[in-house]
Amino acid sequence: MYGKGLKTLSVATVAALAVALSLVFFYAPLDADQGFVQKIFYLHVPLSITSLAGFVVGGVFAIAHLRSGDRRWDAVSYVCIHLSVIFGVGVLITGSIWARASWGHWWVWDEPTLVSFLIVFLLYATYYPFRYAIEDPERQARYASVFAVTAGAFVPLNFLAVRLAQSLVHPRVFATTEGGLPGSMMLTFLACLLAIGLLWVTLVKLELTAKSASGQLKRLRRALDAPAPRGASRVAPEVSV
Amino acid sequence: MTPSRIAFTAILGKDLRTELRTLQSLPAMALFAVTTFVIFRFALDRTSLSGSLAAGVLWATLLFAAVLGINRLFVAEREQGGFDAIRLAPIDRSALFAAKAAALLVYLLVLELVVVPVFAVFFLDSASALPPLVPVLVLADLGLAGTGTLVSSMAVNSRARDLLAPLVLLPLVVPLMIAATGASEPLLALGGPAYHRFGTWLAVLGLYDLVFLLIGYAVFDFLVED
Amino acid sequence: MPALPLDEAGKYVAGAYVVFLVLIVVYVAIMAAKVQRIERELRELAGFAEQRNDEKEQRRVTADV
Repeated sequence: MYGKGLKTLSVATVAALAVALSLVFFYAPLDADQGFVQKIFYLHVPLSITSLAGFVVGGVFAIAHLRSGDRRWDAVSYVCIHLSVIFGVGVLITGSIWARASWGHWWVWDEPTLVSFLIVFLLYATYYPFRYAIEDPERQARYASVFAVTAGAFVPLNFLAVRLAQSLVHPRVFATTEGGLPGSMMLTFLACLLAIGLLWVTLVKLELTAKSASGQLKRLRRALDAPAPRGASRVAPEVSV
Repeated sequence: MTPSRIAFTAILGKDLRTELRTLQSLPAMALFAVTTFVIFRFALDRTSLSGSLAAGVLWATLLFAAVLGINRLFVAEREQGGFDAIRLAPIDRSALFAAKAAALLVYLLVLELVVVPVFAVFFLDSASALPPLVPVLVLADLGLAGTGTLVSSMAVNSRARDLLAPLVLLPLVVPLMIAATGASEPLLALGGPAYHRFGTWLAVLGLYDLVFLLIGYAVFDFLVED
Repeated sequence: MPALPLDEAGKYVAGAYVVFLVLIVVYVAIMAAKVQRIERELRELAGFAEQRNDEKEQRRVTADV
């Protein structure tokens, strides 16, 4: 059920990634200020937008879970947040590489977006110990959904506060808003955003399918009255329908 | 008065009376804060503070003292079955959230009544920064009360609850701390209080308070369910 | 900030894209491990189910006698 359309999605993702990467390296012009280093942004910014959107989507599914009581929504919420955290690692590492290339330091506190993202990342990193500290699965799902909703509301507030805290003198490095982004760069950027977004969706679907398969296995095992499997018990939420 | 209002007053009254009688949280929080000031004096090797350093020391200390209070907020409910009583009573469960947040707010305000003058005596040259600091303190306390109660209620029913509450709380209060220190730093400047972007920071604090108090009120039902 | 010369900048850009690639590949590896475990368990269960069917057959056969 979760696996339906996964193959088409994967093919679309691969195609989109191929097109996007080609545009980045063969089509997009060289940035006037930053030169070749600017090309990191075609990766870094879509990753961060996708990750943040993923957190918000996780919050939306959490609301669905709280309203319906159906634990499947919680499993989807968990996977969305989980993958957004992984993409978040990518955001922080690529952001750090860019900082090193532009400023000579592996981290800069001057970039408000990067700092905001770090704070959001640290918050969602606590999602795992928080979940696993609650033993009762039904309660765990409920509390995790509350966390996801609270954290989702936190994201915009956080960006606002950090942006205000930065000296407004500092130039925006990725000049998307201030005029003058040539059409070719915008096109390349959008292609990358689409590709990374598709990648996220594909991976979410893949993870959910794997979870569902494990869940069906458990169900089969119970139906057959077979003994329990060796190996560690899974603590992550399961999908058994 | 609606049953929820009655419940709110009853729970708040019980908590404040218990605290007054047993004094289990407030003195510890105050003592912790003052000792932390001493540690900062030596850690920073400074005997007087101003500007960003003063704001940082003050707010970091207040935050960590608040964490102590937050950890203990739902202890009575957990140990004496208070959650069951709330579940059985025909009232809006959010009354418990409101009462607990109000209690935490009171603790924080009382804490600051003691600790902020001590801070001024230890580190500041003049007390002229204190009156304009009051609205900042009140608004920040509202935010801490909302977020702290929310996080505390989530952590209370888990293992490692003393670890979990601060862990989840700290990233959530970063915007609050940014705004509080942002407003306080010019107030504590060497030459006397300045009001650089004071209104903006107060607005951010107010927005934070609104968002988190509303969220806490809205989701609390789901946390009390069995 | 002056732009880095192309050969230096190239290393950073390459580094960033390599990180991206590594993350994807690590994820694929974790998924592969999951799928392997599912396959192993399915095999176990299939064997268990067949064995139980055989036993049932045997009991039916002996009961008929």
